[in-house]
Amino acid sequence: MSVKTMLKFVSGLMAWGMSSAALAAWEVNMPVGVTEISREVHGLHMLIFWVCVAIGVVVFGAMFYSVFAHRKSRHPKPADFHESTLVEIIWTIIPFGILIAMAIPAAGTLIRMEDTRGTDMTVKITGYQWKWQYEYMDHDISYFSTLDAKSNEARRLGSGIDPATVDNYLLEVDNRLVLPVGKKVRFLLTSNDVIHAWWVPDLAVKKDAVPGYINEMWTQIDEPGIYRGQCAELCGRDHGFMPVVVEAVSQEDFDAWVAGKTGGAQEAAAEEAVAEEPAEASVEAAAEPEEAPAAEQVAAAEAPAAEPAAAEMSKDELMASGEKVYQTYCSACHQAGGEGLPPAFPALKGSAIATGDQAAHIDIVLNGKNAMTPFGGTLNDEQLAAVITYERNAWGNDTGDVVQPAQIKAAR
Amino acid sequence: MSHADTHDAHDDHHHGPVTLKDGFVPWALRWIGTTNHKDLGTLYLIFAFTMFFIGGVMSLIIRAELFQPGMQLVSPEFFNSMTTMHALVMIFGGVMPGFVGLANWMVPLMIGAGDLALPRVNNWGFWILPFAFTLLLSTLFMDGGGPASGWTMYPPLVLQTGDALPFVIFAIHLMGISSITGAINVIVTILNLRAPSMTLLKMPLFVWTWLITAYLLIAVMPVLAGAVTMLLTDRYFGTSFFTAAGGGDPVMFQHIFWFFGHPEVYILILPAFGIVSTIIPTFARKALFGYDSMVYATASIAFLSFIVWAHHMFTVGMPVAGELFFMFATMLIAVPTGVKVFNWIATMWRGSMTFETPMLFAVGFVFLFTIGGFSGLMLAIAPADFQYHDSYFVVAHFHYVLVPGAVFSIIAGVYYWIPKWTGVMYSEFWGKVHFWLSAIFINVTFFPQHFVGLAGMPRRIPDYNGQFADFNWISTVGAFAFFLAQFIFIFNMMRCMARKGEKATDRVWEGAHGLEWTVPSPAPYHTFEVPPEQISIPEDELTAVHDEFDALDGHKLT
Ligand code: HEC
Ligand SMILES: [Cu+2]
Repeated sequence: MSVKTMLKFVSGLMAWGMSSAALAAWEVNMPVGVTEISREVHGLHMLIFWVCVAIGVVVFGAMFYSVFAHRKSRHPKPADFHESTLVEIIWTIIPFGILIAMAIPAAGTLIRMEDTRGTDMTVKITGYQWKWQYEYMDHDISYFSTLDAKSNEARRLGSGIDPATVDNYLLEVDNRLVLPVGKKVRFLLTSNDVIHAWWVPDLAVKKDAVPGYINEMWTQIDEPGIYRGQCAELCGRDHGFMPVVVEAVSQEDFDAWVAGKTGGAQEAAAEEAVAEEPAEASVEAAAEPEEAPAAEQVAAAEAPAAEPAAAEMSKDELMASGEKVYQTYCSACHQAGGEGLPPAFPALKGSAIATGDQAAHIDIVLNGKNAMTPFGGTLNDEQLAAVITYERNAWGNDTGDVVQPAQIKAAR
Repeated sequence: MSHADTHDAHDDHHHGPVTLKDGFVPWALRWIGTTNHKDLGTLYLIFAFTMFFIGGVMSLIIRAELFQPGMQLVSPEFFNSMTTMHALVMIFGGVMPGFVGLANWMVPLMIGAGDLALPRVNNWGFWILPFAFTLLLSTLFMDGGGPASGWTMYPPLVLQTGDALPFVIFAIHLMGISSITGAINVIVTILNLRAPSMTLLKMPLFVWTWLITAYLLIAVMPVLAGAVTMLLTDRYFGTSFFTAAGGGDPVMFQHIFWFFGHPEVYILILPAFGIVSTIIPTFARKALFGYDSMVYATASIAFLSFIVWAHHMFTVGMPVAGELFFMFATMLIAVPTGVKVFNWIATMWRGSMTFETPMLFAVGFVFLFTIGGFSGLMLAIAPADFQYHDSYFVVAHFHYVLVPGAVFSIIAGVYYWIPKWTGVMYSEFWGKVHFWLSAIFINVTFFPQHFVGLAGMPRRIPDYNGQFADFNWISTVGAFAFFLAQFIFIFNMMRCMARKGEKATDRVWEGAHGLEWTVPSPAPYHTFEVPPEQISIPEDELTAVHDEFDALDGHKLT
């Protein structure tokens, strides 16, 4: 590239950047956050920052004064000192003193941060490529939290969707982690595949989710609100696309949410058994409890929701909804065209399983295998039937097979 | 003054190296087979700047994708392999060979040795590198793409790499072999070939810092080699060193890696300290303040670098006692580092300074490296590090210490010594333009990254929320401008290499004292075949001593 075309490129880029600039905020500092720990951490951060500023003023002040006053034109004859034990001892001891003064409060905060005793409830967080699973150990609740559909669509290369039109672009999920305020919540953190890190700046909580390890951390949120963060440890292709969203609610709202979640699930199961209700009603019943505390959570409406089970579906229906499910849940690894990313993620196009035995195909999707995530807990029977039908007929896998929700139900 | 003897007792009829005039094949064979420290120094430097260019292009791909929210240019996998490759190329291909190049050229000249102690090993050490990096870069075209798990190569993620993995590991082995041979050579040379009257505590600081760096290299490169070999066996030979399911431990890799990685950080900065400690006294016309404490500070930094590694992994879930230990040990490093900065400023204090290009870069180094040091001190505070870790704040921090730190020092060193190497002065005007553009745009590039990092932007992500957009586009503009500004440097240096420009004197700089300035400019192909008696130019002798040389190719100055 010649210098001229590069300059053109740069100025083009600049114009492009300016146009989007108006939308963005100029946040320059660490958030104070909404927990006692986060406020302490912010305090430490500001303290060490001002200590650095003070040292900087003295050191750079001396340096720039010297650059100005001791240049040859002003100071033609150099002095000839080149050591002074006293001065050197002084400027070894003073920094030492400053460091000790810093270390004491830092150690105090660190010890408080790591003190996971006396917690009121526990949530187990499991990292997956590329989503989080939240399991409430004291309640029978467990679900996955994935990048919301709108962001997910907009973030594709050449999607043509302006991220500025997506609310909370890349910082929204389908199912948020709902926590009560004022309770000391313990997190148990692990991973199912590679190392991830769970980070919410407003809570000053960041810790690695390591496969085979369980890490502990805790938080106690003071104010209701929605707090957003992201996976902080490089975890592969979609590392930038697995946000963490915490919704802190009052204890009553939390209890209602829990009741909805656990009760709602039983209701849904009952409905499934009867399979009589009209589709709409059942969709609402299953979706509402999840939504209740997350009133403005638009994404949930688009997230997959339970539909009446066991109904026969046409191949076209299955293929259409299968494609959607595939693009949302599978394409990250197996790629949009089914070609995979070998050797880590096998191709489904022409694969032995996707064109061979149906039972094996259903089994691997339901129960997972090695790095392949189990989807039995994430997707319902229709979705699974649809995506498997889709995989068996798309990209030239023309098996002609139709897998019905009932088959999935039977295989569970 | 009795001079440093470069009189050659050798019988080669035309006294100089083979040049292109003797034909292409002999010329190429000379460079391939050369064992001359000056030739190899030149090769190393050319290689390093080629790698800086390649790594720089990768960083521009990264910055271009991050210019705006949304994915515009590359896929996330390719983005990840760019961040990974950028780091590997810059660290192992740019900065380290850059310093080895300067050591090759300058260590023998500074200590009065005829060459490095092991010239053939030196040749081998260099010629491994082009193969290693061709191999590394070729993995970008392999099935599954290049390595994309970050230069830290953490398992289990790294084990998902495609066909590239064994090639990357092999390339790292080659780089390690090259570094270790270079380090052994430097140590043996410094300990054995100094001019008789040059005691250890009279060595120039660049020599000291390189001596210590070389020991660090020998200590830690094998550790890296071990770590990546374990990855190889985990992937291909059924071991489970780092796989929890097989009884292994993914965190152990991080401990091993950073046991290499933290000293590595100092491998990338100690020679820079040496260069700056050489340049500042020259242009302040005043001896280095606190020479002894500089040496001790360097040694204590090197020692401390072995006991702080886990500060790179505060969030991994260590026991509190471990976190406290690594926090305190890390904070301690600020003390000797502070001593160095204070000494540089005390050297400038009441000197008689002029600001030729090398001095500008050296002063820029002191200022900007110290900013990187401040953010380093902040990162040492473990509770605050839980917020900073793996965010753009860290990216800003290490680029401040590596670009206006290590890279500026290499540039400063090249400006400072190139008149000695080529016999002509670079263009001072363009040197200054280069400095100011670099100094401005490096800050435009990296300063805003502190802000987005504190505001919550993780590192190694290809796309981000609009709240980070402003600082990101500024950073991208800065990166392109900084990159373009480097062409001024390249052209300036090529001009010297083409021997166009004002002839340099032997002493070159009014305040220069080291042995390297006692040989003619350009330095003859063979120097100090007989060890010199004097080890520096005394204060009162302001003109150099070239008259007594017959420069080897009959060339004589003034
Ligand atoms: C986290 C990445 C990931 C995601 C997401 C993912 N898979 Fe997989 N999948 C894999 C891996 C890895 C394998 C290979 C497992 C093995 O054999 O060890 C695999 C294997 C398969 C196979 C068997 C292919 C063969 O021929 O061996 C099928 C079928 C499959 N996946 C279907 C799906 C479906 C359907 C979805 C979405 C609902 C999906 N996968 C989502 C990673 C993934
Ligand atoms: Cu992750």
